[in-house]
Amino acid sequence: MLRISKRTDLTKKQYIQLRLAAVIMALFTSGIFILIMGQNPAAIYFAMLQGAFGSFYGLRETIIMTIPLVITSLGISTAFKMKFWNIGAEGQIYMGAFAASYFALNHHDMPKPFLLLVMAAASIAGGGLWALIPGFFKARFGTNETLFTLMMNYIAIKWITYLQYGPWKDPNAKGFPIIAAFKETAILPGFMGIHIGLIIALALVALMHIFMYHTKKGYEISVIGESENTARYAGMNVKKIIVAAILLSGGLCGLAGMIQASGVHGTLSVDVSGGIGYTAIITTWLGQLSPALIMLVSFLFAALVQGGSYIQTVFQIPQAAASILQGMILFFVLGSEFFIQYKINFKKEGI
Amino acid sequence: MNRQTYIQLQNITKSFGTVVANSKIDLSVHKGEIHALLGENGSGKSTLMNVLSGIYTPDSGSIIIDGREVCFKSPADSIAMGIGMVHQHFKLVEVLSAKENIIIGQKGNFFINQKRLSEQIGKLARKLGLDIDPDKKVYNMSVGEKQTVEILKVLYRGAEILILDEPTAVLTPQETQKLFDIMRKMREMGCAVIIITHKLNEVMEISDRITVLRKGEAVATLDKSATNINELTELMVGRPVDLSIKRLENQKKETILKVSNLTLVDDDNVKVLQNVSFDLSKGEILGVAGVAGSGQKELCEAIAGLYEVYSGDIRYEGESLVGKTPREIIKKGVSMSFIPEDRLGMGLVASMDIVDNLLLKDYQNHKGFLIDRKPLKEKAEQLVKRLDIKTPGVNHPVKQLSGGNIQKVLLGRELDSNPHLLITAYPVRGLDIGASYTIYDLLNEQKAKDVAILYIGEDLDVLMELCDRIMVLCNGEITGIVDAAKVTKEELGLMMAGVCLEKIKGGSSYA
Repeated sequence: MLRISKRTDLTKKQYIQLRLAAVIMALFTSGIFILIMGQNPAAIYFAMLQGAFGSFYGLRETIIMTIPLVITSLGISTAFKMKFWNIGAEGQIYMGAFAASYFALNHHDMPKPFLLLVMAAASIAGGGLWALIPGFFKARFGTNETLFTLMMNYIAIKWITYLQYGPWKDPNAKGFPIIAAFKETAILPGFMGIHIGLIIALALVALMHIFMYHTKKGYEISVIGESENTARYAGMNVKKIIVAAILLSGGLCGLAGMIQASGVHGTLSVDVSGGIGYTAIITTWLGQLSPALIMLVSFLFAALVQGGSYIQTVFQIPQAAASILQGMILFFVLGSEFFIQYKINFKKEGI
Repeated sequence: MNRQTYIQLQNITKSFGTVVANSKIDLSVHKGEIHALLGENGSGKSTLMNVLSGIYTPDSGSIIIDGREVCFKSPADSIAMGIGMVHQHFKLVEVLSAKENIIIGQKGNFFINQKRLSEQIGKLARKLGLDIDPDKKVYNMSVGEKQTVEILKVLYRGAEILILDEPTAVLTPQETQKLFDIMRKMREMGCAVIIITHKLNEVMEISDRITVLRKGEAVATLDKSATNINELTELMVGRPVDLSIKRLENQKKETILKVSNLTLVDDDNVKVLQNVSFDLSKGEILGVAGVAGSGQKELCEAIAGLYEVYSGDIRYEGESLVGKTPREIIKKGVSMSFIPEDRLGMGLVASMDIVDNLLLKDYQNHKGFLIDRKPLKEKAEQLVKRLDIKTPGVNHPVKQLSGGNIQKVLLGRELDSNPHLLITAYPVRGLDIGASYTIYDLLNEQKAKDVAILYIGEDLDVLMELCDRIMVLCNGEITGIVDAAKVTKEELGLMMAGVCLEKIKGGSSYA
């Protein structure tokens, strides 16, 4: 007989063991798949590590990919903490990038530090307001925020596509549907090829940690996430806090959009996010809404992606196969969540 | 009386994680007997009955029904053996009729012969002397009627062993008497009835034999005729307990709270409180009696600023509270501790530890953005010591504490804020006897400090002993405000059922 019950007594050690077991099983299962493809699993895994960390170039790419993941995850975690299921980070990234790009394209004659600050502020406002629309409807009419934020993503993506193919198309691009590259004043400075977003991300992790665990607002957000009734009972202004938290959530996602446009792509395009908003949901969840863990998980996730793209070129395996490996590892790690939440008791028949 | 042993539980042990809920319990129940299972909360009564009804599988031990050893894998197996359990919280589909609820989940023909079914149920009901309309929808029923449906449901399935889990908690004294009549009828029919309860007077009234559980062990099985309330209490608690509550005389008559013509409506525009007027003085305990859901919760919430006032006024120290935010009301010294049925719905954050829960009423007094948890940690440790809260530590999530300990955290925090007006609803809900008396003492301590207390209670005996006056609510209306020292339990019961005080006093048959 098989019985499933909720765990209450998981120790740190068991937690780590379960997570490790998941990774090992993922590697084992993926290994079978790699063998079927006619490759040596050990070699592939080694190459993935090498691709992600083994060279300066690889490490740099991993870090650059980590930056938007961390910032977006921090944004999502603020909403998730409140049990507001913000699936709309992707759209908020685009709208943040859009707002920043407006200033980058039209006001590039401003002094560089000033312009960058304006762009950052605009992106936070853009992403925040984009998240506030579903937030408002949820507060006012009780709409489902999961679907609403998801739908807002498509609107945002199509809006950027429209700009790229229409009014913002670069007339000097010989007919290619691209938006003009940002001028130098609108590009984030960097060091050894890593833009300053790294510093921003690290600072945000520290700030969000303090915000979540040591400020009144952070405390209020956690209470509301647990029970709105309790929050009301304690005399909190629930609606105001929800609005503020959603603005913060969308704002951080929007900032990630500005960093991608200004620090990585050098302009606005429909590829500015490329799914970061969705990937960040996974890293947020795996990071258990804790800023420090989110940073770690985002880094590992970026390494997984970077390693995956490296083996594509080195072993000449198709991109789809690399994606399958990533998928399998994710599957097991997310699957281990079940064993962390619940335990399974086996019992012999007849007592 | 038939002395044949019907149910025999031998050596039942059941543990959840490290907590042993039942430890080597033996229990035997005869045919044609009402057997009371007595014990404080957390003593393992419900667990044991859930084992018997197939919801839990015991870790070890055996169940023998009618001489045959059985092994239940699911509640269906237990129903097949003629065991039926009526749970504390009814499991009925509100929009269906009584008879539809009765046949729900039954294997049968694809088509239902409505007429025959009504006849069958009617016959069964008559046999037990039950008064029920098989076609009445559940949402139109009173609590007592719902319970009748629950009982019929298990009997219709052929149950000969009926388990009732705290059946009287939601009933008025009159409804309780009706239930007891049904139980006696079933005893005559040769059924075995097991009643789980912690109310001693009921045990003495209805049961034939009593098994007392304490901390997961069966302490004793006694014949009712050979025992008394004091002995049972001692067995239950493990030490002698003084069962009297002292009432402090209230000298002052200075009104602190004045509610006039208060009417509240819910989301569907139904009046949940209608024209309620009363006042409360400093150093007075005003009890509120009423069947669950008579508007007590809404009244508390309205005073605390959590429920929008439709019409009428609430004046606190001469100032209207209507339209004030909960925060402003808290600042004025009004404190509310509402213990909901699940204990955690309001007032505490389940996944947070004691420190963070103390923070809930305190954090807005901190200066600046940041929160300083250090002084609260000390406060939490003091609270744990003072109220004897059982927890692995102050940083342990409160949802993992037992119900009684959760309540101590909540009440402790509210008392700590030195309120002038304390609203407390069901503060002893689910607490063991010892802890309940600690709470009554705490309330009396507050009363001595001139705190005005609005006490929403369940146990009429306690209300009559502890309070200065008792206000009775029925369907959102006041049916009477009486002097607690002079009223009788029967009068309170009639008022809870909706008979106005004037009528009771007027009609000589009741007075």
